[in-house]
Amino acid sequence: MTNLVEIRDLRVEATTDSGRRVEILKGITLDVAAGETVAFIGESGSGKTTAAMTLLGYARPGCRICGGSVRVDGRDMVALSEKERATLRGTTVAYVPQSAAAAFNPAATIMDQVIEVTQIHKLMPVEEARHRAVALFRALSLPNPDSIGDRYPHQVSGGQLQRLAAAMALIGDPKVVIFDEPTTALDVTTQVEVLRAFKDVTAKRRIACVYVSHDLAVVAQIADRIMVLRHGEVQEIGSVDDILHRPAHPYTKELLHAFHPDGGGRVVPTTTSHTEPLLDISMLSAGYGPPQPNGKPLVLAVKEVSLQVKPGTNLGIIGESGCGKSTLARAIAGILPACDGTIQFNGRDLWQSARQRSREQLRDLQIVFQHADTALNPAKSIEEILGRPLTFYHGLRGKARDARIDALLDMVRLPRALRHRRPAELSGGQKQRVNFARALAAEPKLILCDEITSALDTVVAAAIIDLLKELQRELGLSYVFISHDLSVIEAICDEIVVMYRGQTVETIIPAERQEPQHPYSRLLFSSVPKLDPTWLDTLDLDADRMRLA
Amino acid sequence: MKTRVPSLILGRLFIALITLTIVSFAVFFATTLLPGDTATILLGQSATPEAIAGLRTAMHLDEPALLRFLYWIVGLFQGDLGTSYANHVPVATLIGGRLLNTLKLAGLTTLVSVPLALTLGITAAMWRRTLYDRIVTIATIGIISVPEFVIATSAVLVFAVYLKWLPALSFTYDVNSFSGLLRAYAMPVITLTFGVSAQMIRMTRAAVIETLNTPYVEMALLKGASRPRLVLRHALPNALSPIANAVALSLSYLVGGVIIVETIFNYPGIAKLMVDAVSTRDLPLIQSCAMIFCVGYLLLITTADIVAILSNPRLR
Repeated sequence: MTNLVEIRDLRVEATTDSGRRVEILKGITLDVAAGETVAFIGESGSGKTTAAMTLLGYARPGCRICGGSVRVDGRDMVALSEKERATLRGTTVAYVPQSAAAAFNPAATIMDQVIEVTQIHKLMPVEEARHRAVALFRALSLPNPDSIGDRYPHQVSGGQLQRLAAAMALIGDPKVVIFDEPTTALDVTTQVEVLRAFKDVTAKRRIACVYVSHDLAVVAQIADRIMVLRHGEVQEIGSVDDILHRPAHPYTKELLHAFHPDGGGRVVPTTTSHTEPLLDISMLSAGYGPPQPNGKPLVLAVKEVSLQVKPGTNLGIIGESGCGKSTLARAIAGILPACDGTIQFNGRDLWQSARQRSREQLRDLQIVFQHADTALNPAKSIEEILGRPLTFYHGLRGKARDARIDALLDMVRLPRALRHRRPAELSGGQKQRVNFARALAAEPKLILCDEITSALDTVVAAAIIDLLKELQRELGLSYVFISHDLSVIEAICDEIVVMYRGQTVETIIPAERQEPQHPYSRLLFSSVPKLDPTWLDTLDLDADRMRLA
Repeated sequence: MKTRVPSLILGRLFIALITLTIVSFAVFFATTLLPGDTATILLGQSATPEAIAGLRTAMHLDEPALLRFLYWIVGLFQGDLGTSYANHVPVATLIGGRLLNTLKLAGLTTLVSVPLALTLGITAAMWRRTLYDRIVTIATIGIISVPEFVIATSAVLVFAVYLKWLPALSFTYDVNSFSGLLRAYAMPVITLTFGVSAQMIRMTRAAVIETLNTPYVEMALLKGASRPRLVLRHALPNALSPIANAVALSLSYLVGGVIIVETIFNYPGIAKLMVDAVSTRDLPLIQSCAMIFCVGYLLLITTADIVAILSNPRLR
């Protein structure tokens, strides 16, 4: 069997801002046969995207392929001239980008961009290309295949754009397609459809695929073999079955372990129905836009939501993007004053706007945002970031404040030496820990965690979840945990609320192993990829029927 | 999908109208703040108080300023720009020919400078970090740094005095033949082109480079698109709005700011007329010239904004 792709001792170096050269791929060797799908898996910065892009003979600005060879269909992409590479791009090897929303030119129609490959390489007349594109749209189960091409990118949804990007890659009949985290930006319910469409089309055409991802469960569905990368080096290559069941390398084991966050490590507090709730929300509504004549805002994102959190317990809120879960958190915190309903905290009514709440009330209820990058002031040192709430809420100064900052850094398992650094000098996981320590500094009773692990790699996210559990044991906190990731929520929450279109549709208690009842929660729960490689193929088609309903 | 373009454009035009009203207000009251009493200036130091008082009544100068402003605005709408104080000729007649001259010069400069600047800016962005890009960048910075009068006088020195190719002054009456036109306008147009192009080149280059760094241009590259295709098909349409604004801002300078060039080449344009009007305290003339400059400026900026609205597919 001849290999379509042969990578030999591939090296890529990057030039840093200071002019230093760093090798980011350190000798990679890999073969991919026709019709085979190989997944590149690893955390961010492991070099998986860089490695995949070398198949196109491309290195991002600042990077350079400095050694080795990448033979695609018998031609070495490294040795070719830029012009020769351009003739192969789109026809022999094609690319499906991570964010289709950014990869479509906002000023041109979708059809023009999908068939552009055929025009660049003069493959076929425009009319024929259009027919092919429509056929591809149909094969990728896009709605309105005949007319969707006439729209502009901003007029279709993210999941549809991702499939359109695949159509754009497939139109030139490539032999190799690179999928660069094509479903990372999608909701789980959309991800299922997109994955299925990709799998069908590539299998029918016997295309060799390179699938870049950090999500083992997704990869398990789509790949034949997995290459685990870390720090630009191959840790392990093996069949999906081998990697999932007989991982040899410690890092692979760590990745697998992170995928099964254990629900243990927490003592579920004994609460009875008589325990006074810590947070009691009833009929809360909130939204955006100017108030309408009926007193409600123009767009109502949260509609009459009621929920309770008992002391020492955790409530999870799950739902797809746009379901209003973050708006709910902002309304509870008072950042976006609710337009209707009541919020009771510790038995007392809270003002809807944070401005009117007392300092004590503010202190008791803290919020941690998804992106530590934007939540932490880049111009301040960690010491100042943590010191400010200490002075504001507790009036701490000087030595007492210093001691407390050290204690906080210990709590979130960060070295004390970090206190003089600025956020930009920390890794993503470290920043999220600082972000969390900032909330802890207030000594709150309840912390609202808004997608705090979504921007992190699996392994790092698992460590953050472990930290949250430990802190809960030590400090007796309660969390309201908002996420679109069910496995994270299941690992830490005593009660899960499913939100859909601004309303809570169901409350599920994981400890009681109860099955979701509402059609949307059933769809949501069944859409979460499992490590079982047969999951996607055997997935109950009930979900599709429900989606149509 | 409902299009928002007509309402956006109407809104933009409405804003332009309001701006114009505020500007006319400012122009009128700023000129009335100029030192000296108009009647005294007109009649001279030796006039009797009675004569001055009579003239003030005749010119409505004793009426409240707001009322005089209304008279003036109504006059403007009727095409009556007033009568020049200095030589009692209707301002419209004074301005007419001069405005045409200025528009001719501005038009010719636009025809030369805009295509030149866009080509240089786009090509510099296309071949970024090459020797060509460096040369264009350094040259534009060099030209921005040299004041206009230096360029103008050097041009006169070289082309008129030493080489004797072109006349030192612009003889606008001798433009019936193409060579005559070329001879008359070559030097002022070249000087102005230098001045307005530099900014346009830099802004165009920056705008195109910014869009070249977007993921959709990378995607096009990975589809096998050539560099000219990347720039012309993918980057340029998305850079249109900043480019249109840069062009409008640079060109607006041609309407009123070319006094140095007009003086050096003795070109009878409107900027020179206004400076003369200031020295003779010819208020109606100053006001009319100022209004013309503002209208020209507003027209250009509004056009640029409308281009920006039309080039955004999200609004179509």
